[in-house]
Formats: sequence, structure tokens, C-alpha cells
Amino acid sequence: MNSSIAVAIAVSAIAYGTPLVLAGLGELLTERSGVLNLGVEGMMLMGAVTAFYTSQTLHGPGSAVLVVAVVAAGLAGAVMSLIHAFLAITVRVNQIVSGLALTIFAGVIGLSSYVGQIWNIGGQHGLHQLSKIDLLGLSGLPVVGPIVFNQDAFVYFSWILVVVVSYYLFRTRIGLYLRAVGESPRSADAMGINVTTYRYVHTIIGGALAGFGGAYFTLAIAPIWTDGLTAGAGWIAIALVIFAFWRPDLLLVGAYLFGALSSLGFTLQANGVQLPSEFFSALPYVMTVVVLAGASTTLARRRIGTPAALGVPYVREEG
Amino acid sequence: MIAIERSLDTPRWQRIALPVVSLVIAAIIAGIVLVLSGHNPISTYQQIYAASFTSPGALTSTFVYATPLLFTGLAVAIAFRMRVWNIGGEGQLYAGAVAASGVGLALGSWPQPLLIVMMMLGGVAAGALWALIPGLLRAYLRTNEILTSLMLNYVAGFGMYFLIYDSDSFWRDLTTATARVFPTGKTLLPAATWPGFVFGSFTLPFGFVAGVVLALFLLALFRLTRFGFEMRVMGDSPSAANYAGMRTRRTIVAVMALSGALAGFGGASQIGDFGHVLDPRGLEQAQYGYTGIVVAALALYNPLAVVIVAILIGALTNAGFALEGPSFPAGLVGTMEGIILFSVLGGEFLGRYRIRIGRTPQRAPIVGDDSGSLTVDS
Repeated sequence: MNSSIAVAIAVSAIAYGTPLVLAGLGELLTERSGVLNLGVEGMMLMGAVTAFYTSQTLHGPGSAVLVVAVVAAGLAGAVMSLIHAFLAITVRVNQIVSGLALTIFAGVIGLSSYVGQIWNIGGQHGLHQLSKIDLLGLSGLPVVGPIVFNQDAFVYFSWILVVVVSYYLFRTRIGLYLRAVGESPRSADAMGINVTTYRYVHTIIGGALAGFGGAYFTLAIAPIWTDGLTAGAGWIAIALVIFAFWRPDLLLVGAYLFGALSSLGFTLQANGVQLPSEFFSALPYVMTVVVLAGASTTLARRRIGTPAALGVPYVREEG
Repeated sequence: MIAIERSLDTPRWQRIALPVVSLVIAAIIAGIVLVLSGHNPISTYQQIYAASFTSPGALTSTFVYATPLLFTGLAVAIAFRMRVWNIGGEGQLYAGAVAASGVGLALGSWPQPLLIVMMMLGGVAAGALWALIPGLLRAYLRTNEILTSLMLNYVAGFGMYFLIYDSDSFWRDLTTATARVFPTGKTLLPAATWPGFVFGSFTLPFGFVAGVVLALFLLALFRLTRFGFEMRVMGDSPSAANYAGMRTRRTIVAVMALSGALAGFGGASQIGDFGHVLDPRGLEQAQYGYTGIVVAALALYNPLAVVIVAILIGALTNAGFALEGPSFPAGLVGTMEGIILFSVLGGEFLGRYRIRIGRTPQRAPIVGDDSGSLTVDS
């Protein structure tokens, strides 16, 4: 494989990996607080449809429109996650079923399709798309130029976010409290930490980031809206959190690996490799199963990662 | 004092009231959504009711949708009740459809009763095998079965597409020039058609009757056998099951295989009762596997209740497809199903807890209750 193909794969790995980084970081924060939200796919779709609608209807300079569209997508994701937060944290229902309910509610045959039809944006061609920024004028450099210095603002944002979330989780007091809430809410409560507030806030942040991830599909990858266009990316993001052992830096690596797998088919076919397209399409999903199986043996052996209280509602009066 | 506490048991009336109230709440909230988006909810609901039950042929087509949902609903009900989170009903149904159509095509010359039995066995076996992948991974490597079973839905979907659209497989019709350009599956011989029960203008599919029999069988399995007892203990309290020396790994694998087998039967019924041809696009659009989750949850994971709920959700799904068009909001069905699920979940909480005023609180049970409510593995 020559270097131009390798660079092409790396560039598209970042493109396909970025929504996974964003949504994955969101789910990571949510799970660190002890809440499991399986509604990521639904929240991403709501983000995607909201971002596209906003960018199609708003008039103004392109960059301002895009910023508003991204914010709107974040809000849409946050509102969706609020439903799950209320049911999981306050009403204390089964979080698995509640998350599945959110994905059905907002997903491919649900609200995202509904509003897509009401707003009548199916089949429209996008008016605004995130453009590449030539960072520091270095995009001309061989290999690293196109990979590192010629990305859109959202990619740079996701890199900053990985650093910020890592710092937040492992170097700040609030991050420490957050991890305590996810590991042992009873001890955290005894320390005077408000378990409910921590869980609500991080579930909602998770929703907003999933909304951003969805927005990346309709504002950067392909500026169109079709029902269910995320095609399981939300679920892969949840799998990546496990694969990354709940660490932001590993999440970034995992997301780009899956991004590379997702784009491998297009790249290889463009270079004359003949294999059925379904083979390449199925590859990321097969790899998710393989990687999860591998990760679970590591988890079991080293006893690391999973927040101990993940998916368990906290009830002060019981236990 | 005022305290919210766990009640020790769920009264029987609540188990009936809860799903009914959830449906009403869903209708009200979806009605608000309809008003906000400029639709008239009353006339929309009238349209849905007519398309599901009263217009000519409506009841028959409601059962076309209710039949697969009965199978996927049962598949989810028995798995979730045991805290085995099989989200792979969709892929297991595809696997069943592929196998049943393969068997139907290969053994087309066999006598009809034998052929039908072989198609069922093929579908059941394929669904069970596809479910065994996440089942074995969960039991022996503790791999999260929610994600693995879901990922395998996509894999099964692409596999189906490959058979019809991207290869000269045994399933694909290659006899005419048109079929070579616009790929379709081979249509099965009439002998492979499962005989429906005709009552005037209404046809009850063979698969639906088989599903009802299976629901009764599952109920008996739960209530009367040692295996069922072990499954119930595992569902209510995994740690108690461990202490009692029950072989939880083996039970997880068995539950997963049984769940997959039910979904696979649904896939076989898709071929034998309705399609008579492997149609990847149609199966994928229908989303029977995922809708099975709604059916099972609304039935509170009771196999017999699944039968009734499958008809209700089948009616809604049927209306969604029948009314599809510019005047009927796409996505309304999924939105309503989501709200139904949220309401059932919230209502289950109200059923499980009660507010007590002015008396010393009753002690909460240490292990889970037997109300069919679910809590996550800890």
C-alpha cells in the first residue's frame, strides 16, 4: 500500500471517527456517573435532523449558521437525554429498557423521521457544510499535513474535548467526585456530593455530545437528511466506551480505528479491490463483536474500567 | 411521616391497568405532538383505527403484522424476564427467514406437511444458532450481549443483501433477464405455503396460531418445569441462583438460544405465511425485531399477554404502513411506541412503590420482587 492510500484512509478514518468520538465521550461521561444510556442512536438522529433543518432554514453568514445548527443539535440531544435522565435517575426504572425506549422513540421510525417529514427536508441538498481549515498554513506538509492540519473545526473541537474530558475526569475535584458517584454513590452521598445532580448533569452533557455527533453526519460527512442515516453509529459509540475502558484517550484511538474500518470499503474499491460491498459494510459491526469479546476478557482479568454502580439506581432509603 | 417505599407485591388489577393506562397516555402525548405539527389527532386516530380493524381487509393485514411481532415479542419477553438482554431479534428473524426460504426452495418437491415442518425447523435452528453467538460470549467471556446481539442484526442484514443483490446465490432468481437486472429472490413453490385459516373475508395466519401454541408452551415451561423455576430465580435474583448452585452459564445460553429460536420461527413464518420469497428490503423496513421489545414490555413480559399486545401493536404497525404518505406523519408509529414504553416504565415504578403516610415503614425486601419488574445486573 503506498502512502497516498494510507493518507486517504487516515483522513476518512478521522471523518467517520469524529461522530464516534463526540457521542462516545458523551456516553463515557454519562456512564462515569453511573447512568447507562442506550439511547445514543436516537439522540444522534435527533441531533442530525435538527442540525440539518437549522442550517437549511437559517439565513446569514455560513459559519454563523453552522454554529447555530450545532448548538441546536446539542439542545435536541440534551432534551432527549433529559427523558432518560428523569426515568433512570428520578423514577429509577430499568435503564436498559429506558434507553432502548429512547432509541425507538427518537430513532429511525420515530421522532427524527417524524420531524424530518414535518420540516420537509428529505431530498434537499445541504446549503452549508463544514469546510476544512488550513491550520497554521501547514496543510501542505507531506502525510501529516492533510491528516493533522487540514481538518474542519469540529475535528479540532473533538481533539480539544478529549483533552478537556481527560483532565476533567482525572485531574479535577469535580471529576473525582463524578467518578465517586459512578463507583459508590452511597459513599459519595455520605461525603456530601449530590448524586442526583451529578447524574442529571452528566446524562444531559452526554445527550448534547450525542447531538453534536449526529450533527457531524449532516453538516460534514454528507449534507443530506435520510431516515436513520447514522446506521448504528450510536451503538458503536457505546461499544467504544467499553473498548476504551472508560478512558477518553483510548476512546479517540478506538473511534479512529472504527472510522478506518467504515471507510475501508470505499477506499479499497476506489483503488480497484474487488470484494462484495456487503463484506466491507459488515466489517465494523463484526469487528465490534470481536473487539468487545476481547475487551471483556481483559476487563475480567484486570478488574478495571466499569463504573461499579453503572446502571444501578441510587436510592438513599434502601440498601 | 411520609415515605416512598417498595410494595411487596403487585396487585393483579395493576398488571392489567398499567398497559391500558400506558396506551391512553401515549395516545394523549402523541395527540399533542400531532396538534403541534398541524395534524388533527382525532381524524388521525380514526384513520389508524379504520386502517387497522374496520376497512375491508384491514383485520387480515393487521394479523400479517401481528404474527411476526408475536414471535419477536415472545423472544424478547423470555430473554428480558431472565435479564438476558437479547436485542438481536431482528437479525435472528433474518437468519430464520434465510434458512426457511433455503429449505423451502431446496425441498420443494417434498410432501407439504413435511416441507412445512422442515421450514419451521430450519428457521428455528438458524435463529437459535445466530443467538448462540452473543449467548456464548455472554456466558463464557461476560461480553455485553446487548451490543453484540445488536451488532449481529446489521451483519445478518448485510448477509441477506449479499444473497439477493450481490451474488448469484441459491436464493436469487436468475431465470429471467429482468431478474438479473433488478435482483429478487426465487419464489417458493405453492407447496411451501403455510395454510391459513379462512373465516369469510378474514384469514388467520398459520404462524399466528403456532405462536399462540408456543406462548402457552412457554407459560407451562415457566410455571411447571425445573428449568423454568431456575430461569425465574435467575431473573429475580442472580446471586440467589448462584448460591443455590444453579448453573447460570448454561441457563443463559439456553435462554438465548430459545429466544433466538422464537425470533427465527418468526422469520420462517415471514417466508411460509406471507412473503414466499426472501425479500431483504421488506424485512429490514418492517423492524419486527426492535418492535418486539415494545410488545414484550407492554405485555409486562408475560407470554400470554404478548399474544394480545402483538395484535394491538400489529394494528398500529399495519396502520403506519397502510397510511404512509404525505398526509400521514411518518415516524408517528415509532414515536408512539417510544411513548408507550416510557409510560409502561414509569407506571411500573408507581406499581412497585407506594406512598405511605403516618405509619412506620414496612421493611423493603432484600432481593428483587416477583412482579416482573426488572433491575440491571449489579
